[in-house]
Amino acid sequence: MTFWVINLLNGFSFAMVLFLLAAGLTLIFGLLRVINLAHGSFYLLGGYVGLAVMQATGSFVAALLAAFLAMAVLGAVLQHVCLARLYKQDLPQALLTLGILFVIADVAFLWWGGNPQLLPQPEMLQGGTRLFGIPYPIYRLFLIVMGIAAAVLMWLFIERTKFGAVVRAGMDDEEMLRGIGINAPLVFTAILALGAGLAGAAGVLGAPMLGLYPGADFEVLLLAFVVVTVGGLGSIKGAFLASILIGLIDNFGTIWFPQFSLFTIIVPMVAVLALRPTGLMGRA
Amino acid sequence: MRRGFAVVAVVAALIVLARYQPPYYTSLLTLALIYGVFAMSLDLLLGYTGLPSLGHAAYFGSAAYVAALLVGKMGAPFAIAIPAGLLAAVAIAALFNLLALRTAQGYYLMISLALSQVLWSLAVSWRSVTGGDDGMSIARRPNFGDWLGLTLDTDFGYFVVVLVVFLACLGALRILVASPFGYALQGIRENESRMRALGYNAWAYKYAVSLIAGLFAAIAGELYGFLHSFISPAALSIDLSAQVLLMVLVGAAGTLWGPIFGAVLVVVLQNVVSTYTNRWLFVVGAIYVLIAMFAPKGLFMRWRMRARGEAA
Repeated sequence: MTFWVINLLNGFSFAMVLFLLAAGLTLIFGLLRVINLAHGSFYLLGGYVGLAVMQATGSFVAALLAAFLAMAVLGAVLQHVCLARLYKQDLPQALLTLGILFVIADVAFLWWGGNPQLLPQPEMLQGGTRLFGIPYPIYRLFLIVMGIAAAVLMWLFIERTKFGAVVRAGMDDEEMLRGIGINAPLVFTAILALGAGLAGAAGVLGAPMLGLYPGADFEVLLLAFVVVTVGGLGSIKGAFLASILIGLIDNFGTIWFPQFSLFTIIVPMVAVLALRPTGLMGRA
Repeated sequence: MRRGFAVVAVVAALIVLARYQPPYYTSLLTLALIYGVFAMSLDLLLGYTGLPSLGHAAYFGSAAYVAALLVGKMGAPFAIAIPAGLLAAVAIAALFNLLALRTAQGYYLMISLALSQVLWSLAVSWRSVTGGDDGMSIARRPNFGDWLGLTLDTDFGYFVVVLVVFLACLGALRILVASPFGYALQGIRENESRMRALGYNAWAYKYAVSLIAGLFAAIAGELYGFLHSFISPAALSIDLSAQVLLMVLVGAAGTLWGPIFGAVLVVVLQNVVSTYTNRWLFVVGAIYVLIAMFAPKGLFMRWRMRARGEAA
């Protein structure tokens, strides 16, 4: 019982970090048709920015905000300066974002070194609590709450606001969107900024639990890819469900089959692709 | 006719070069030829069929690993190990593409990357078999006895073998891309729904070419494994998949000469950069960004322009 409760919660809290990454990735992919290979770099760099701010100010909230803003600006610049020129050219886009992944990885390695760094947990959330008599760290519960809140906000934003309607319309027919006088490039930049900012925030939120180290960027990127594939293109709901699925499977997979960690992730992806090539919630 | 002479002249020049230069440069030349085969195999997917794979190292590395395991750990003869490695890679390609081809265009890149990463993580974490990050050495190179006075254990002897295999692959691929099959692939790249309307089974063509591309990548992978008599997870890594993508894009995708040129360029570049700095990752990343930003059309001209029927 204890084993199950603890590991279900561990899986869930990890899933929330994944969701923050995958939500941005799936929106960017769905609207801009860009496979953003640098998405994991926003996560890693956001985590490092948060670490620096936390060391300077001691405030976790400031770290979270700084990481979100810094990565949002970086994402907006990336879209405005680079990706906008390569609109609908998938291979140059892939090459570009891959190059950025490599450059950021190398710069981060130079700056912060190769040792894993752990972001300190905010003071309020340190220590443990008891759930059904089982001791459990507060921070992970906080992550689950944050993840669910972010998911609800994102869903409301996309499904219930005018801007969200524009984004959804853009996924279906982007030319029509331009045709009715909407400034599509601005919407694109906003979505990339939002996605990058969320990834940066995920870096700060995930860092006290997972640590920051060279290679973390690529690890989370792969998991986010699997989540987006399983969840379906451009769907927040799909990303949320798939994050939970992948988060749980990854958690139990590493416990039961430590040598085959990625295999256990691929199995659900295979199953979903076999049954529904467009993903759980994907549009046809 | 003139082209035939040119090929003979280049081959002769290469042999002379390889024979009389220091062994280090001979092995670089060998590496360039191996990467040439590898890049051409990716170009079959990327340039000819329009399938953007970012996991092509999966077939390269898995063939090398299987051959190395059979020769090194089980003491199997090369006559078994070499075909077994190729077969294993093709089987992996058959499995991977069954999945990757089920999805929409954009997903192909993500899924090929994710699947290749599974093999990479297997090579890293299954230490008892693969040696993990340390890799494993392969006891010896294939040796078919002295052949025309060449011993394959020498760098020059191995160069000649690789050159022969390279030319055979080039010839086979030339025949392939100029065949009805090759033209059907290009038709699918240009306009898949039209090809389907004409009665072509687009999926079967894409699946078949994935297996062929896997086979040629596997040939390159085994040549690579025996070149240094050493294999490590780097041969399965995203870094290598990205590098081979660069080779194809630097040259002209959708030609056979483009990737060869790209392979030579990348090997030279790698060698030059690594003598000046150990920030290879930064340099290669910057090169990717610059090429994507400033020469995407130039490098893609040949097939992009044809694809859209417009002037670039």
